[in-house]
Amino acid sequence: MSQTEFQGRVWVLLDKKGALIEDIDTDQIFHNAHLHITDLKQMGPYALGNLEGWKDFPSKARPGDILVAGRNFGAGSSRQQAVDCFIALGLAAILAPSFGAIYFRNAVNSGLPVLRGKALEETITRGKLVSGDEIKVDGLSGRAEILDKTVSFEVVPFSRVQADILRAGNLFLFGKTLGNPGRP
Amino acid sequence: MGQSILEKIIQAHSTDEVRPGAIVWLELDVRSARDFGGPNVVKHYQREYGSLPLDPQRTFFTFDLCAPACSLKYADNQQLCRDFARRHGLTVFDVDRGVGSHVLMEEGLAVANSTVVGTDSHMNILGAVGSFGQGMGDVDIAFAFRTGRTWFEVPLSVKVVVKGRPHPSATAKDLTLFILRELGTKALANRAVEFSGPAVGDLTLAGRITLCSMVTEMAGIIGFVPEHGPALEEEVRAFTGRPFKPLEADPDADYAAIIELDASGLEPQIAEPPSPTQVKNVATLKGLPVDSGFLGSCTNGRTEDFAAAARLLKGRRVKPGFMLKAVPATRRVYEDLLRQGILQALFEAGAIVINAGCGGCAEGHAGLTGKGEVQVSTGNRNFPGKQGQGLTYLASPEVVAATSLLGVLAGPEDVR
Repeated sequence: MSQTEFQGRVWVLLDKKGALIEDIDTDQIFHNAHLHITDLKQMGPYALGNLEGWKDFPSKARPGDILVAGRNFGAGSSRQQAVDCFIALGLAAILAPSFGAIYFRNAVNSGLPVLRGKALEETITRGKLVSGDEIKVDGLSGRAEILDKTVSFEVVPFSRVQADILRAGNLFLFGKTLGNPGRP
Repeated sequence: MGQSILEKIIQAHSTDEVRPGAIVWLELDVRSARDFGGPNVVKHYQREYGSLPLDPQRTFFTFDLCAPACSLKYADNQQLCRDFARRHGLTVFDVDRGVGSHVLMEEGLAVANSTVVGTDSHMNILGAVGSFGQGMGDVDIAFAFRTGRTWFEVPLSVKVVVKGRPHPSATAKDLTLFILRELGTKALANRAVEFSGPAVGDLTLAGRITLCSMVTEMAGIIGFVPEHGPALEEEVRAFTGRPFKPLEADPDADYAAIIELDASGLEPQIAEPPSPTQVKNVATLKGLPVDSGFLGSCTNGRTEDFAAAARLLKGRRVKPGFMLKAVPATRRVYEDLLRQGILQALFEAGAIVINAGCGGCAEGHAGLTGKGEVQVSTGNRNFPGKQGQGLTYLASPEVVAATSLLGVLAGPEDVR
């Protein structure tokens, strides 16, 4: 595995009726009551702490797991903690049909792989991808495979800057590869 | 192919080829951080760049979330930013000043055609004065503090044409909620938007601020309102202290979509919890018992907003037991309210008038809602748990004022 390829067990963020939860905002991911926390290591226990049905996620998630969310994941505030809490839990990646624009940037800049893909919705609606499945994703080609099911689906490949930042580790390390301070 | 407004602003701040989908390096005229996000910006900066200098003409702190600090953590976090700013000779618009995005406009730092970033997801409110404002996380901002630039994916632009004339009782907030009702979080997701049509072209500066602030809730990148007359030019000039000469889209600009909405006869609107897009006519919810009201926020915190509420509240008292909170967006707004007698009208009606800042949208500055409490707010978000355990409905200052007089959800016509 490299920084642009990963494999892990998925958690599909469904509601009680079994539908993908859309528009999950950053207050549901990392509530503003905990915004004073600035140490990443302390953020894990609050991940999804305000999302009905998923408040026990931090105790269930294992390092290397992959989160699959609904459309417009990470809407709302600009808080980095809503990304960092998943890094603290050791998640390998987050996949969603679409992300809040700021959330997507925050994840890219922090070196957490995030991938968009409209095909996710159909794959989940048809029951082909469920929590507990093991998937393998190549972020450069945009191909995702559900292992043991011979099912695959497409995601939008990493942009060049996204892949460059992931390979470097984060935005700061990438900036240092550019020379005089971050100037390309 | 011609360029949209945002493409033109980006082009003026980049040497890369600007077209939708391209990722360019963008020069940033103003880089800012709040008491929220700011402490981590400082930590990242010190870890990555040590004592390397920053540009004091372009780098600022704005404290507005918890002002003055309402917890020890916020006190520590604000002081961390202040100490850093002093060491580097940076200006802090401190806890006395109010909502950072508004302060940056008042200071003439966020002006037409500029690029401005900050740790505030409503920084795109700056579209109201033709500035490309963008909220970003603390990693992004720390990088911008040092390098003065950021990578940015040029979004597609969408034109939203609002036809028809709303009913005279409908305000800029009602028009904004109407657009949210019609477009939800899908149509403008990750898009820049240019609003046009008579209903938006006539909006005052305060009204444009209301509309542009909630482009965030529409999941959009930024909103502009290009149509304007000399009155607005003068209003923006007085507000920012700088001439207002916004870039215009090319006549052959390429839009991903042109969406037409009809606001004819639009009546007061309200967004039910749990989402700003769950919008109904106020008339359908009249009589709902309400415990508290909030006037203020970056969305409805201007003098004009408080004046509208005060016209209904003047000489009356809010319903006994009803808690009405008022938080001016900035210290300058507070001063206007004092001079114009609006503050006195609000006070005499029973409102709790709190110092400038983010007020009811932020944790603690203007209190929180308790379990079972129903609040009507002029803010922009009503997601679960955002302002406490209670239920938050979003509406105009007039609806909040009328509701506070009757203790049940009401429109302005119910108290006139």
